[in-house]
Amino acid sequence: MELTGAEIVVRCLKEEGVEVLFGYPGGAVLHIYDALHVQDEVKHVLVRHEQAAAHAADGYARASGKPGVCLVTSGPGLTNAVTGIATAYMDSIPMVILSGQVPTKLIGNDAFQECDSVGITRPCVKHNFLVRDVRDLAETIKKAFYIATTGRPGPVLVDLPKDVTGARAEFDYPKKIKMRSYNPTVKGHSGQIRKATELLAQAKRAMIYTGGGVVLSDGSKELIELTRMLGFPITNTLMGLGAYPATDRQFVGMLGMHGTYESNMAMHHCDVLFAVGARFDDRVTGNLEKFCPTARIIHIDIDPSSISKNVAVEIPIVGSVPNVLRQMITILKEEGLEPDREALARWWQQIDEWRAIKSLGYRNSDTIIKPQYVIEQLYHVTDGQAIVTSDVGQHQMWAAQYYLFDRPRQWINSGGLGTMGFGLPAAMGAKLAFPDVDVACVTGEGSIQMMLQELSTMKQYHTPVKIVNLNNQYLGMVRQWQEFFYEKRYSMSYMEALPDFVKLAEAYGHVGMKIERPADVEGALREAFAMKDRTVFLDFMTDPEENVFPMIPSGGGQNEMLLAGRDAMKNRHEEGMILV
Amino acid sequence: MRHIISILLENESGALSRVAGLFSARGYNIESLTVAPTEDASLSRLTLVTRGNDQIIEQIVKQLNKLVDVVKLVDLTEGPHIERELMMAKIRASGESRAEMYRLVEIFRGHVLDVTEGTYTVELTGPGDKLDAFIATVGDESIVEVVRSGVTGIARGPKGLHV
Ligand SMILES: Cc1ncc(C[n+]2csc(CCOP(=O)(O)OP(=O)(O)O)c2C)c(N)n1
Repeated sequence: MELTGAEIVVRCLKEEGVEVLFGYPGGAVLHIYDALHVQDEVKHVLVRHEQAAAHAADGYARASGKPGVCLVTSGPGLTNAVTGIATAYMDSIPMVILSGQVPTKLIGNDAFQECDSVGITRPCVKHNFLVRDVRDLAETIKKAFYIATTGRPGPVLVDLPKDVTGARAEFDYPKKIKMRSYNPTVKGHSGQIRKATELLAQAKRAMIYTGGGVVLSDGSKELIELTRMLGFPITNTLMGLGAYPATDRQFVGMLGMHGTYESNMAMHHCDVLFAVGARFDDRVTGNLEKFCPTARIIHIDIDPSSISKNVAVEIPIVGSVPNVLRQMITILKEEGLEPDREALARWWQQIDEWRAIKSLGYRNSDTIIKPQYVIEQLYHVTDGQAIVTSDVGQHQMWAAQYYLFDRPRQWINSGGLGTMGFGLPAAMGAKLAFPDVDVACVTGEGSIQMMLQELSTMKQYHTPVKIVNLNNQYLGMVRQWQEFFYEKRYSMSYMEALPDFVKLAEAYGHVGMKIERPADVEGALREAFAMKDRTVFLDFMTDPEENVFPMIPSGGGQNEMLLAGRDAMKNRHEEGMILV
Repeated sequence: MRHIISILLENESGALSRVAGLFSARGYNIESLTVAPTEDASLSRLTLVTRGNDQIIEQIVKQLNKLVDVVKLVDLTEGPHIERELMMAKIRASGESRAEMYRLVEIFRGHVLDVTEGTYTVELTGPGDKLDAFIATVGDESIVEVVRSGVTGIARGPKGLHV
């Protein structure tokens, strides 16, 4: 049967099993909106800003593992979405973005609401397409989903000129797709896997370092099994939290700039580093010249270009994480390989000494709310079961440090791009994926104001989220750097004229609460989470000048951490000042 | 080190800008770039010359392979290969130097394509360094204009680069 391009788009979404689509209409996508109007299988969520459409689709994808989908109009619709697309790209999130475009005849003509969407998004998508002929439409959308969800996942944009969505063609959705130019490797090289397994078994001071790749590939089960078999310490990156249960004894906390002392010290002193689905990001490695000086490195990644990009690796393995780990488990079992238990016991003894420093300790107060305390209470009140999204800044680090994530896809944040404004729409997306799970958005008064308008969307679609605003009245992370590196010249990091968030929440039809005393923190959280069907904005007035510790100042090595209350920024590195 | 990377690319609009964009976004240098159709209408062949240490070249190759439009690529400099570039140069040739210029062109196995009272327009092919040598020998003051095609190349031996 012949369908219009717009009908084909909707049919494709159904074929892909898309339940929810985040979007915002405009001239170039009106045909598609018309086709959406006459069906009810694909639910459309009308956001209030296209950036939120991308973030919400992204949050949905991170929570569910399914690709997120959003739909925006040409020109400003697309440019508004770019921040959200780049955010997903940096964290390798599977996403399909459908954008309207001016009719093919007008492309290149500076037509009304025309922009070069394929050109603008090229550096921040895994791939993109401009569909010029309605007969190519279905296959292109199939390719978009295939590329977005396979290999190292990522956002894929399909640009749809208005005449293409208006024209007619036979609808035939390909069952399978094969592309000669795109064949991601899944299975790791068996010789390399064997070598890696043998090296692990010989290690005296091994360290397992895992990242977002474990979450993205659903490799958590295999990771837990292998880690327990080996008995080694394990650390997760900011993107990898939850892939290994944070409450397990072998877990030594997050690593990197604001990671724990024990994880960074163990990295620095290990003899074999086992990197799994992690990309040696600069926030993790600190100064590359000082990184893991004594380690032989094994690295599993689905993306060959992540391997030996920043740090030279001795045993690279290209493949999907669960696949490779399963093979390693089999080898360990079949060969009866055992790590050196005595050496391991000594290693743990050393790690426990580092642990005893309690690098996440902070001094609580009965007069002023400490942000760390709020997160601890959030963990406590939600029994550690909530999905937690965050924005970007100090609150993000505190959420990562003090909420112990025991399962993957429970912690959702913009790690790579560090996008303020991500948290709230992402929470909405996560809530739509899991309506029965508590969702909290940990944010700051700076970040939340970047996507505040989504409170309206959340009202319309009944996505009850608890917003935990750690209100320090500063752009806290900026202020912290200015305190440490610019002699407390707080240039533009102070937020004057903050709104009354309680009234604001109420204006949008939600519940607002302002909490000023430490004694009220737990009660307020309990009250908020008891309101299952309401979005609650909890405005916690926190200690304005609290800092995130521990910290590796940029330019420092992983063994050069600054600890709270001990080291005022004594070893600040001049070369580090040029880094961000 | 100088490397010549030869790429089979889907003949899609925008494919070339993905390659060029990758180089500018990641700060890799491109010394020359040529693109043209191949015997297979669905593919174009792109040859680029770049420089970098082993680690950079490894990243360039991996990043290129990651582009969805890249079907296949080979670093020609890894094996025996033939490199060619075409150059057309307009050189000053008058008075005493006229005969000398003609001789130089012959030594470099060039052809004269066009002649005016004061100039020769010549064509030369060869590896990039041969063309450089010609320019150096002729001398800057004798050059009116130079156009170069950019380097292209092919591996030696019986095998071809195919999908
Ligand atoms: C869109 C965007 N703009 C600027 C920044 C730079 N930046 C990083 S953290 C931060 C301050 C965040 O302040 P707030 O949301 O109040 O959180 P806090 O650090 O106080 O917890 C800024 C401005 C950013 N990450 N994202």
